[in-house]
Amino acid sequence: MKFAKIALTASALALTSWTAHAIDISGAGATFPYPIYAKWADAYKKETGNSLNYQSIGSGGGIKQIKAKTVTFGASDAPLTGKDLEESGLVQFPMVMGSVTPVVNLEGIKPGEMVLDGPTLANIYLGQIKSWDDAAIAKLNPSLKLPKQAIVPVRRSDGSGTTYNFAYYLAEVSPEWKAKVGVNTALQWPVGIGAKGNEGVAGNVAQTKGSIGYVEYAYAKENKMTFTKLINKAGKAVAPGSDTVQAAAASADWNSQPGFGVILANQPGDKSWPMAAATWILMYKKPEKMAESAEALKFFAWAYTKGDAMADSLDYVPMPDNVVKDIMKMWSAEIKDASGKPLYSPTN
Amino acid sequence: MASGEQDVSEVALKGASAPMAVAASRAAVLRRLRLTDAIFHGLTRGASLAVLALLSGVIIALIYGAAPALSTFGFGFLFDESWNPVTERFGALAPIFGTLVTSFIAMLIAVPVGLMVAFFLTELCPKMLRRPIGIAIELLAGIPSIIYGIWGLFVFAPFMQEHVQPLFINTFANVPVLSTLFAGPPYGIGMFTAGLILAIMVLPFVTSISRDVFDAVPPVLKEAAYGVGCTTWEVFRYVVLPFTRVGVIGGFMLGLGRALGETMAVTFVIGNAHHISASLFAPGTTISASIANEFTEAVGDLYTSSLVALGLILFFITFCVLAIARYLLLRLQQQGGK
Repeated sequence: MKFAKIALTASALALTSWTAHAIDISGAGATFPYPIYAKWADAYKKETGNSLNYQSIGSGGGIKQIKAKTVTFGASDAPLTGKDLEESGLVQFPMVMGSVTPVVNLEGIKPGEMVLDGPTLANIYLGQIKSWDDAAIAKLNPSLKLPKQAIVPVRRSDGSGTTYNFAYYLAEVSPEWKAKVGVNTALQWPVGIGAKGNEGVAGNVAQTKGSIGYVEYAYAKENKMTFTKLINKAGKAVAPGSDTVQAAAASADWNSQPGFGVILANQPGDKSWPMAAATWILMYKKPEKMAESAEALKFFAWAYTKGDAMADSLDYVPMPDNVVKDIMKMWSAEIKDASGKPLYSPTN
Repeated sequence: MASGEQDVSEVALKGASAPMAVAASRAAVLRRLRLTDAIFHGLTRGASLAVLALLSGVIIALIYGAAPALSTFGFGFLFDESWNPVTERFGALAPIFGTLVTSFIAMLIAVPVGLMVAFFLTELCPKMLRRPIGIAIELLAGIPSIIYGIWGLFVFAPFMQEHVQPLFINTFANVPVLSTLFAGPPYGIGMFTAGLILAIMVLPFVTSISRDVFDAVPPVLKEAAYGVGCTTWEVFRYVVLPFTRVGVIGGFMLGLGRALGETMAVTFVIGNAHHISASLFAPGTTISASIANEFTEAVGDLYTSSLVALGLILFFITFCVLAIARYLLLRLQQQGGK
């Protein structure tokens, strides 16, 4: 039944001759959401018979691939600017959220015990705070016994959306970071050692005494790493997790940026995690492969409505319902076939 | 033996089953032989030309890919330490420095050790131990480089951070030059650790080639030297080494080639930082490590092009090393001829 309906819709809307085969959606991009996209794709295939082939080649690669039109959708941890979206004829919407989490390797300190704030984190990565017993860290952690040990900052050596979100937050809270280092997926780091991928940073932090790094929360949790709390914009110490990311998402003004391109760093609110991060999907307003694109939108709609529990189980944070409503409205208004009919309508 | 005087075509004709006019079939057989030879000739020449074509293709592709970066930065690209994806200003000095320094450390350790192992195996080792040690060294060469990388990161680097580096830093704290070379903090990973891992990886190349050429030294030379009262060291220094220097240098160059281009293991333990520092314990980067780390996610044409330009530089460095090696070998052979 379901398959017949999909095929009918696809052929009717896209005016392409449909075959008796299931539709393959192809996507490429960010590595950060790969585990949840894979899990969703698996469940979706069981339900509908349509499969999603997602290649986690990195955000930069995802943007390149969608611009080269080799995939149905691209995925990126860093949003495109409004100008870029307009020039390339793409639309963009956030799919799922996570958080960037500082992790440390210090003897005798347990997960969540240490508290850091943005300026301190920036100064550590600027090379100005060199030892764990520095006054700035001691002031935030009066109850902890801090060793006189050199800090080894660990960061990404490859371009990364995680780095983009991390640097964006540091630039928000530290004028010096903004001026000296700036914000990008790859940076000229003043100090520290580079490691490839979230798993590389996690591995290096685990192996190096006195180190600090930043990883996606899921990596910190899975590897049982010593994550730290952070002081947020409201001045409260918060721990990373889905509740604090949701709080940050709730305080964000999603419609303030084109393509919902809001960086969730440093959001107001007592419970907001200051390094929350969303990941985006990129699609063409007038896609060439209509059937695949229509099916991709159906998949995303399915993930928004039925995928929350699966996201939770992997420590991702689902998008708030009001944002999802706006996203679907945008689909109907913006993504159209050659004859100007919307590819997605909520009824089918 | 009896067919020694037969014509080639007659030998070939023996296989022919159908009886036919001998003259005609002889011509046919000769034609066939010529044809096979021509085909074989063409194939070998084609294969050689294909290698040449591939090589020039690689060079052209590298130059073409590197052109945007080289035209933007000019010769300054070689002498600029900054590597800033935000402002899009790139320079190759730090990776070049890291590549040369780590390879130098590796050769500094691997060559003497490798020569000693090879000499021990050929001259001094009891027969029973010779095969096991020889096989062990060849196995060392067969370990994939990623294994060295993982071992380096998970076992070797923590050991360096906790034991070796603090010892060096404290011991040399007041010695003028060494205190700068071995300055803290101990990160565990860095240029020094990368050099040591490379030394282990290069060791089997140096050892196995040296062993093979040491084996080729005519026993009469060594026996004569021992006969006039030379010590083992003197035999090694004045008989074996001079006789085998061409081969030894060949092994040295093969090892250096591997050290210069090694990617995976180095990426794991060097720290991947585009910095030049006097301390060997500081993190650095090499050309191949930079490319491996950054290529997939290099956003923007200039960034990608700068990485390709790095590749071109590595190509050039390797080419120079090979050229110098050839030149040295040539000179040694001329000297040997005198």
